[in-house]
Amino acid sequence: MSEKDVLLSIEDLVVEYSSDSEIVHAVNDVSLQISKGQTLGLVGETGAGKTTIAKAIMQILPDPPARITGGKVIMDGENLLDLKEDKMQKIRGNRISMIFQDPMTALNPTIVVGKQIMEAISLHEKVSSREACRKAEEMLEKVGIPKERYSDYPHQFSGGMKQRVIIAIALACNPELLLADEPTTALDVTIQAQVLDMMNELKQEFGTSVLMITHDLGIVAETCDCVAVIYAGEIVEYGTAAEIFDNPQHPYTTGLFGSLPNMAKEGGRLKPIDGMMPDPTELPEGCKFAPRCRFATEKCRQGRPELRSAGGSHVVRCMRTS
Amino acid sequence: MSEILRVENLTKFFDTSGGKLHAVDGVSFSLEKGKTLGVVGESGCGKSTLGRTVLHLLEPTAGKIYFEGKDITKVGKKELHKLREDMQIIFQDPFSSLNPRMTVSDTIAEPLILQKKLQKVQIGQEVEKLMDTVGLADRFANAYPHEMDGGRRQRVVIARALALNPKFIVCDEPVSALDVSIQAQILNLMQDLQEERGLSYIFVTHDLSVVKYISHDIVVMYLGQLVEKAPSVEIFRSPLHPYTKALLSAIPKPDVHEKSKRILLKGELTSPINPKPGCRFAARCLYACDRCHEPQVQKEIMPNHFVACCRAEELMTGTLQDG
Repeated sequence: MSEKDVLLSIEDLVVEYSSDSEIVHAVNDVSLQISKGQTLGLVGETGAGKTTIAKAIMQILPDPPARITGGKVIMDGENLLDLKEDKMQKIRGNRISMIFQDPMTALNPTIVVGKQIMEAISLHEKVSSREACRKAEEMLEKVGIPKERYSDYPHQFSGGMKQRVIIAIALACNPELLLADEPTTALDVTIQAQVLDMMNELKQEFGTSVLMITHDLGIVAETCDCVAVIYAGEIVEYGTAAEIFDNPQHPYTTGLFGSLPNMAKEGGRLKPIDGMMPDPTELPEGCKFAPRCRFATEKCRQGRPELRSAGGSHVVRCMRTS
Repeated sequence: MSEILRVENLTKFFDTSGGKLHAVDGVSFSLEKGKTLGVVGESGCGKSTLGRTVLHLLEPTAGKIYFEGKDITKVGKKELHKLREDMQIIFQDPFSSLNPRMTVSDTIAEPLILQKKLQKVQIGQEVEKLMDTVGLADRFANAYPHEMDGGRRQRVVIARALALNPKFIVCDEPVSALDVSIQAQILNLMQDLQEERGLSYIFVTHDLSVVKYISHDIVVMYLGQLVEKAPSVEIFRSPLHPYTKALLSAIPKPDVHEKSKRILLKGELTSPINPKPGCRFAARCLYACDRCHEPQVQKEIMPNHFVACCRAEELMTGTLQDG
């Protein structure tokens, strides 16, 4: 990957949530790179810090309790974390936009959908309201909704169609980067298939880079070029999709694959990962996965393993990788 | 093999301001002792209503329910109370199906107090045993639901369902709210319990990979109707109904090299209020023809493989042109 192709790079990002008595270490020293036109998958379980990373890029974390205590988010040589709010405002929804998990709550129930798309356009582009309206209609058609439904309210749409409206809003200003936070989790499988297909087509048409946040390894396999597996706020494995799926190295990644009911095989027993994710207020010393790991040794419990190369662009945070 | 549950033409309509909502419409199946019947379909297809109607949590509009050979379609309050010992349910959301003001041990003890005349000490022992069975550590006995994570809460719900030693449990999306690694732990637990206690399950879910893993037989529902019914292996190997085919092809597969060939459906579920008499899937179906607008009959196309599609034979033999 040459420097030129990188659209956004995150360097050593640290995010903490603080409450009266304790500090939650949500994201610890995360570094990621998103290349132009590519999809990076961010995989992990509830509470791993996936959404926090996306919100940190957008700087829409609630502060307090959240605080970005370290690291950089660099786009075009500029650290977004240093930008003043009014400058960041121009980037949000324009160069970087975000799709949220729940289409039922992400739309304003009192405004017709067309107007909600138009809002994004008028905010970022100097166009007349008629022009913005025409563009909003065009976006609706692009996501497969007839433009006659411009003046319908969100409650008149089904879940899948609402998510299309949200995608239309997110793509209205032709962003360079789309942060998709579990975009299809709330949808049925046949509708999920439609939405994923549409996202893929739009991605190709606009050349948008995507950060795809999901817990579904099936979706990752179908949509992502690169994958980062995140556990307790840390990247534990990072590489191209082929590297991760063909040769998963970290015990957590292999555990995730073992937990999936296999569609190809018949019967057999699932091999779940024992135990639970650690309490983020009391993260274990050393490797965060060690308490659940079958291979953990004394060494794992003492020092935090660094990301080590496993060939190619594949890196793994595990003592066993040599 | 002995049959534990049989349902014939079960129907449940809800009255709405727009007319009759056909939540479950003429569904028939039977479940054998110690086996699992998976019920799959998308949101709004009536799968949860089906599970609840079988348990008398909702009263059926029409049809018959037989439990261990006995007709339980119409039962009195007293009989139903007794019946609850044998039939239990596990709900989807372990966050809202537990009383937030009751401790774990109180929650698990409640069915015992309601149904059995036991001494306090005996109840305590029972609760301890149940917690051990579902893999909950003793230290959680006095914990409240908010102090536990989703996986542990679901274990409490399972312990509560097992308290009266039931024969049959309806599991309504029991793992949908859980992370994959925890989901696998719970699925394994449920399978162990089935083997140990000879439990029969109706397993309601929208997740096809889970249903394949746990079920012996599967019924596929679409807008209240049963469209296909077959042994689990059979349905995944050779699905016949166009909806089942599309549903199976829509699952994203965790394999980077084999890009799945999806059958993309047009449109979305139509309204189940006052539906037209024909096939309810016809509007989205690739193979819809004129005959599809007539009521569909369920046929046994292969042994134990039932399909409600007038073009199933053509589909199976491959003599079908897209129509």
